[in-house]
Amino acid sequence: MPIKHPRLKLTRLTDALQVWAGEIASDDLYEICQQVRDSGGRLVALWGSDARQENMGFKLHVVLINEIGVVCLNVQLSAEQPVYPDVSRIFPAANRMQRAAYDLLGIYAQEGQDHRKWLRHGAWSSGSFPLRKDFDAAASLAQEPEDYPFLQVKGQGVHEIPVGPVHAGIIEPGHFRFSVIGERVLRLEEHLGYVHKGIEKRFESMTVQQGAKLAGRVSGDSTVAYAWAYAMAAESIAKVTPPEHALWMRALLLERERVANHLGDLGYLGNDVALSFGFAQFWILKEQMLRNNASLFGHRYLMDKIVPGGVTASLDVEGKHIINQECDMLEKQVRILRGIYEEHAGMQDRFITTGIVEPKLAAQLGLCGLAGRASAQAWDSRVQFACAPYDKLDVQMATYRNGDVAARAIVRFGELFESLRLQRDILVNLIHEDEAPSLIEKLPPNGFGIGMVEGWRGEVMVGIHTDAEGNLTRVHPHDPSWQNWPLLEHAVVDDIVPDFPLINKSFNLSYSGQDL
Amino acid sequence: MYQILKQIFKTGIKTETPPQADESMRVDTQRLQQAILDTFDGAMAIRMVDAGSCNGCELEIHAVNNAYYNIEGLGIKFVASPRHADLLLVTGPVSRHMEVALKRTYDATPEPKLVVAVGDCGCDGGIFGESYASCGKVSNVIPVDVAVSGCPPTPTAILQGILTAISAGHVAKK
Repeated sequence: MPIKHPRLKLTRLTDALQVWAGEIASDDLYEICQQVRDSGGRLVALWGSDARQENMGFKLHVVLINEIGVVCLNVQLSAEQPVYPDVSRIFPAANRMQRAAYDLLGIYAQEGQDHRKWLRHGAWSSGSFPLRKDFDAAASLAQEPEDYPFLQVKGQGVHEIPVGPVHAGIIEPGHFRFSVIGERVLRLEEHLGYVHKGIEKRFESMTVQQGAKLAGRVSGDSTVAYAWAYAMAAESIAKVTPPEHALWMRALLLERERVANHLGDLGYLGNDVALSFGFAQFWILKEQMLRNNASLFGHRYLMDKIVPGGVTASLDVEGKHIINQECDMLEKQVRILRGIYEEHAGMQDRFITTGIVEPKLAAQLGLCGLAGRASAQAWDSRVQFACAPYDKLDVQMATYRNGDVAARAIVRFGELFESLRLQRDILVNLIHEDEAPSLIEKLPPNGFGIGMVEGWRGEVMVGIHTDAEGNLTRVHPHDPSWQNWPLLEHAVVDDIVPDFPLINKSFNLSYSGQDL
Repeated sequence: MYQILKQIFKTGIKTETPPQADESMRVDTQRLQQAILDTFDGAMAIRMVDAGSCNGCELEIHAVNNAYYNIEGLGIKFVASPRHADLLLVTGPVSRHMEVALKRTYDATPEPKLVVAVGDCGCDGGIFGESYASCGKVSNVIPVDVAVSGCPPTPTAILQGILTAISAGHVAKK
């Protein structure tokens, strides 16, 4: 059991994942968080739900992780005064999650330092809360956007550069406020929430299978990771173990998603330092992979292939042969390109020492996923909490400790090669299965489940709650970008403004995944 | 340098033949006159606006720039400001938080201008629909000339949508 506390009784949610859940009183939350922090643990996610119809007020859900496992703490809050102790003093990453929980549900972190709105810009008025059950989801309350109180840097020679929400490239919208002296960045403050499109509310009107489609569209570049995490959560509630071939297939798809995204990002990292050769080459490789996806699985990005209960994809001998050949081709080509990147003086000059996140800061603020591993944060849930079939795969984690753009590129290369190896291993174990999967059509009542998958960006988590009829009453998808966006603000300090696009791309965080 | 040139030489030319325009993608009857479209033909600047998508459509818009589809080879390029643009490529659904930004981007684009909505969400709101947070399809917020469906649409379909919007050959029947 990951944590022990006299007033905390944990129950294991599923055999598939080392995850426990337990009820605690609001007064004990701070102490338990502190205990997890002291033992080297991190915050994964924080969200709230409305249980007033069951006369249980509101609920706060805090997911923590340490070396032993994942724990979800459920805290009951009063319906009249839904307040809880501010945990951002222990886990700084909680700041934006707590503000979002207020914007969406009206539950409030007491003694918090920062109560500015986060996801609400003005599409709904302050004092109304979309995720409360008495909120009308179809209501159109659009108003003019409200001002956001950025922290201002004052002093001689300081000026501000506002960027966004519409950015100068093919990229999701968000606002960045730079305070600079000359070319040098003194401070960056992000303002996100522009692509908030009501995903969590949308889930509440969906069946479990419809929800799988929506989960696959929380962040389109991580569709496999989200669909798997969602399926895992649903299967945990339904107490269903998917067939073995489905688990192997899921892992194959997840590794293909990782490789495709790393190829794309490595290409753009070249482009951002004016080596358009890199973009051209890596995107040729990515396109070849996407075309194989389309011909083998029927979708270039593998959307809707993972469903609660199983998978809707199969692979025959010829398909395996195609993937094996593709892996060999990628291995060879990416090794050539890595050699060129490593020896390109202009590129390395831009990469090395740019956008540094020191390991100490990464640990303090909870940097996770790929960016975390490039700053010596050795967490990879495929390794620590290897769920099937990763428990049979012996994943080698890629880490580096310099924490700069170069380190994040090196980790990408490392993970890419490892993913190619994993794909070959998976193919050996994958059995061809043509039979239609036995899908989960209905979940048991009053259930709660969590799924967690190491996507290419980091750990993707989905929490599902069902009501007394077994309908989806609350679904919370959590993107690792929640943790990592605040670190980007630190990474750019003292670098020059023109390096921002490069640093940003080296993280490549999701807007849609955190705006929901 | 030798390694780069060698790799380029070995890679060869990957660019494929572009698709033909497809009138079934047209939403609005042609708003621009033939003479103007003739001028656009062969030199087109696109401003891409993500008005609330899941980032899936963006992946395919990136892909339109790769060597296989090679949109720049057709004289079409993505630009950094709406003030430089002839065409807005908009993905949806339009979130309420992006509604004003999208309208302002549209207003900042000089006339004559075209709008292509990309993806199922841009065409009809898709899986996100209309809600307290989503305005739904792009044409609920700004006028749309051509809509490209798909989740996400393939690069070929996106290219076809863009080429349909700027095709000078077909003037809408009265």
